[in-house]
Amino acid sequence: SLSLSLSLSLSLFFYSAYMSERERLYCFCVCVCVCVCVQVNTLSVQMQAELTEVMGEVWSNGAVKSAVFISTKPGCFIAGADINMIQACKSSEEVTSLSREGQKMFEKIEKSPIPIVAAINGSCLGGGLEFAIACQYRVATKSRKTILGTPEVMLGLLPGAGGTQRLPKMVGLPGAFDMMLTGRNIRADKAKKMGLVHQLVDPLGPGLKPAEERTIEYLEEVAVGVAKGIANKKVSLTKEKGFMQKLQDTVMGLGPVRKQIYKTVSDKVQKQTKGLYPAPVKIIESIQAGVEQGGEAGYVAEATNFGKLAMTSESRALIGLYQGQVICKKNHYGTPEKEVKKLAILGAGLMGAGIAQVSVDKGLTTILKDTAVDGISRGEQQVYKGLNDKVKKKALTSFARDTILSNLSAQLDYSSFKSADMVIEAVFEDINIKHKVLKEVEAVIPPHCIFASNTSALPIKDIAAASKRPEKVIGMHYFSPVDKMQLLEIITTDKTSKDTTASAVSVGLKQGKIIIVVGDGPGFYTTRCLAPMLAEAVRVLQEGVGPKRLDALTTSFGFPVGAATLADEVGIDVAAHVAEDLGKAFGSRFGGGNVDVLKTMVEKGFKGRKSGKGCYIYGKGKKDKSVNPDAEEILKKYKLAAHPAISTDSDIQYRLVSRFVNEAVLCLQENILRNPVEGDIGAVFGLGFPPCLGGPFRFVDSFGAERLVGIMKRFEDIYGNQFTPCQLLLDHAKNPSKKFHK
Amino acid sequence: MASMLLNSLRNCPVCPAWAVQSAARSLSTTVQLQAQVQTKSKKTLARPNVKNIVLVEGVRTPFLLSGTTYSDLMPHDLARAALQGLLHRTAIPKDVVDYIIYGTVIQEVKTSNVAREAALGAGFSDKIPSHTVTMACISSNQAMTSAVGLIAAGQCDAVVAGGVEFMSDVPIRHSRKMRKTMLSLNKAKTLGQRLSLLGSIRLAHLSPELPAVAEFSTSETMGHSADRLAAAFGVSRVEQDEFALRSHSLAKKAQDAGLLQDVISFKVPGRDIVSQDNGIRPSSMEQMAKLKPAFIKPHGTVTAANSSFLTDGASAVLIMSEEKALAMGYKPKAYLRDFVYVSQDPKDQLLLGPTYGTPKVLERAGLTMSDIDVFEFHEAFAGQIMANLKAMDSDWFAQTYMGRKSKVGTPPMDKFNLWGGSLSLGHPFGATGCRLVTTVAHRLQKEGGQYGLVAACAAGGQGHAMVIEAYPK
Repeated sequence: SLSLSLSLSLSLFFYSAYMSERERLYCFCVCVCVCVCVQVNTLSVQMQAELTEVMGEVWSNGAVKSAVFISTKPGCFIAGADINMIQACKSSEEVTSLSREGQKMFEKIEKSPIPIVAAINGSCLGGGLEFAIACQYRVATKSRKTILGTPEVMLGLLPGAGGTQRLPKMVGLPGAFDMMLTGRNIRADKAKKMGLVHQLVDPLGPGLKPAEERTIEYLEEVAVGVAKGIANKKVSLTKEKGFMQKLQDTVMGLGPVRKQIYKTVSDKVQKQTKGLYPAPVKIIESIQAGVEQGGEAGYVAEATNFGKLAMTSESRALIGLYQGQVICKKNHYGTPEKEVKKLAILGAGLMGAGIAQVSVDKGLTTILKDTAVDGISRGEQQVYKGLNDKVKKKALTSFARDTILSNLSAQLDYSSFKSADMVIEAVFEDINIKHKVLKEVEAVIPPHCIFASNTSALPIKDIAAASKRPEKVIGMHYFSPVDKMQLLEIITTDKTSKDTTASAVSVGLKQGKIIIVVGDGPGFYTTRCLAPMLAEAVRVLQEGVGPKRLDALTTSFGFPVGAATLADEVGIDVAAHVAEDLGKAFGSRFGGGNVDVLKTMVEKGFKGRKSGKGCYIYGKGKKDKSVNPDAEEILKKYKLAAHPAISTDSDIQYRLVSRFVNEAVLCLQENILRNPVEGDIGAVFGLGFPPCLGGPFRFVDSFGAERLVGIMKRFEDIYGNQFTPCQLLLDHAKNPSKKFHK
Repeated sequence: MASMLLNSLRNCPVCPAWAVQSAARSLSTTVQLQAQVQTKSKKTLARPNVKNIVLVEGVRTPFLLSGTTYSDLMPHDLARAALQGLLHRTAIPKDVVDYIIYGTVIQEVKTSNVAREAALGAGFSDKIPSHTVTMACISSNQAMTSAVGLIAAGQCDAVVAGGVEFMSDVPIRHSRKMRKTMLSLNKAKTLGQRLSLLGSIRLAHLSPELPAVAEFSTSETMGHSADRLAAAFGVSRVEQDEFALRSHSLAKKAQDAGLLQDVISFKVPGRDIVSQDNGIRPSSMEQMAKLKPAFIKPHGTVTAANSSFLTDGASAVLIMSEEKALAMGYKPKAYLRDFVYVSQDPKDQLLLGPTYGTPKVLERAGLTMSDIDVFEFHEAFAGQIMANLKAMDSDWFAQTYMGRKSKVGTPPMDKFNLWGGSLSLGHPFGATGCRLVTTVAHRLQKEGGQYGLVAACAAGGQGHAMVIEAYPK
């Protein structure tokens, strides 16, 4: 099983989850207070027009003294601007003018002659948040679904409807930078502390109507009360500032202090993005323009930068990933005949326990079976720790933790497997052991029960060969750490039934995974792409490029984790195993570095992070890792001469990346992959392919297949078939109008 | 904890008793004569092969706001007073009772089996075993039904059940860190070890740990949950204040008319004789409207004035098999008939026990709402009572959450809590159940009805209901 972590997290956010639904705004008058109810979840051109119309009516009616803005759609205030609206634009000027219009509309709201209260329940993101902060007062429900945030940065954009201008005033410079540069979701109680909302409303249980419906009604009642209160001056809009707030304001009032903040933030952004992501820089620029040169300059900077960002390849790549993610969060195989309620996991190691961890908290009754008491003890502790860490972060109550843990049964035998709906094996990667457990399990499970193998390289059909019911056998390749890595690669064989696939996808979705479904073969998709890149990395190391420089070269290309560190994280033993297995399957094409380098390292106990030593030495608690001198010795022993013609920094980067990309395209050519979207999602979320490039297929589209083939030919001349472009890539090179993504 | 103590502040802003005569508008009391007419047509709930179990007598100490006259006592002192009162009223020989059971919620650690300490102190024979039960606000209901169980099973003939709560003093503990240090200190062998342990004490160790009227499972205080419940059922602030005012007005009326016969006088050592409840304070709607919400701010509706307050008090009842009672020459007050315990979601339905318990117990007894002459529901919060009434009146709720075909219906207000309730009389958690049952018995006697219904909610999302039948005259 592979292990790595993405430093740039692209967690799911509902930017425009319900884009297709465009229902009309409507409004009803209660004389003193008007409620504007939104049924649209995204800000579109149409909605902007309707909003302007409705607000015009409200403002022209002298009897209306205050207004409340509320969404009648449960679980959603306004989830943001319509991405299609931005994508439809042909030039940055067009996008800039969209932004200017949004700014103007929200400015009218801000300067409204009557107070407007935003009543927020559910996601209030992006343009939705910008709308809410233009209102005079914000009331939000404490529901878990209520989240506020500016996720634009994750799409390579910036809040383009006044967000960069209003947020700093509302939550202060540091808070505004944090929100806009990380794009993270903020829960209601935190938002109240930050000063983003004024008042919180508790979610209600069921009464005379369903809970959700009544909660929205209650929110409306409270908001109307507040709106009336503001109109008749019983509720004050200005909050008495505390001492710390005053102090912070004073400090922030000092020019040099602000200058230092801009510098610190810019440096940090540069360090984290390696200059590969333009959006954070533009966000800082826009905020700075507003704070230092005043409102109008700020709005102009925001709109111009928004226009520029919308036309960048980075933004297109990130939007593509977002849209791909939405696709990979759906079950395209239908509803399984029988819902999986009881899951059994074989092997309580890091993977097995990780799978258990993401299952128990979704309400799946989970059996964690191992062969040794030590094993289940360690596994149970891992599950407990995962949950307890959430308790410490206050994301879970200790009581909820205990209730969740009651779904877990750790055991040494096969008792109660007779009622299991699915078994996932995460035992040692050895075909004989896999066969043994498969037979043992099939002797005890009911006929409908699915057998899934969590293997990272063994072909599923080889495992299924030992099965009496191969239609119920499937591959579920999780990535370590399971609770952090979002991808799940599902592998089907020719014999796997559609219902089995539907079940596996359904379980994966329940576990919160982004899912790609791929065909069977050695290394499937992800491992198969990674293997040649790692083989190349080993060769690069043998050629005398140190682990630190190799890491720097890969991270500066956009990989969140450097290649040497990645090998340590995956485990040198696993890498050796995979290299040997796939080497056998694919022959010299998968060559490059000498497998013996890895084998020697394993012999000496340098198995990577888990053993404390790999390419690096890992000390407990030490954040800085130092290069392992003994590993360097081994590399010296296997030293290869570098070819000066293809050993510049850039050449090394392309040697690594082109092998990855070529293999990905070959997977599509060989129908291991069903489509480029899943290929991109799998590479980015499973292997850490640079998100700013959007995945190997989008990379080929934007970089140019011809250009890539040209580079590969240069490498091919020296290293041979390892760099031979596959037919599909050649086809794209020949015909530039061919694109993987429309 | 702050919210727990808040309730006790309710006496300051609510005004004195000049508004006694004002009864709540729609909920006002009417004379209950028609009940007498109906009784003849009703049959008894006695069943073949089921032992008749009777309530012989029920008493209670006056219920006092915590921190008042009882403040220097201990919980078992109050329980002792109730037991002595019962002994005095019934003149039962001190060794005839087979068993004693008490209910309590917040336990004094020194007297964790408060039943035993109180029984010994009250002069009962030391040969009578006693135990203590806890089930939040229905603890003494549990004590009584345990007694019923013992008698029904033929193990006992006469059992004393009761309940006690003492909120003037609650166990406030050292912090867990401090407790750990202190326990290690006990085991430390050398001076050096002791000094290093003492040296490890930090300021944070000294902050005490206070008990709270909060759910362990959800960490939500009960008042907060009640406010949400009221909002969920759309109960307005005015409705709640009206109900609270009704409770106080009716309690005052009952107190003045001498109807609260279960109250015994209690000579508190070093203080005067206490002979009546001191929490009954009818106010006015205007005064009550001035209060700020106590739990959900600023838009909540539950205030100190429409919540029950922290109370000290104890109660006791004598329960016997009918044969035994008659053999000893007693005139029982009522039959204790069917009872149920229910439980539901402790977060969103924490206080809906009566809604769930009522239809279930009526079904068991083969009765309908209209058969009941006397209702005594525990009033934790006015909002909780109103929410329960609305839930009981909703087909949708019955179908969606209780798996029933239709609603059970609401009790007519002219039969409901006519002598006040927990809002006005007070609510010593562990002791309220016996008060409810005794009140039903007394009201049946006074009003001439045949069936009474007790229902109560309790922390943990639990509830209880019991049918009581008048003893023929």
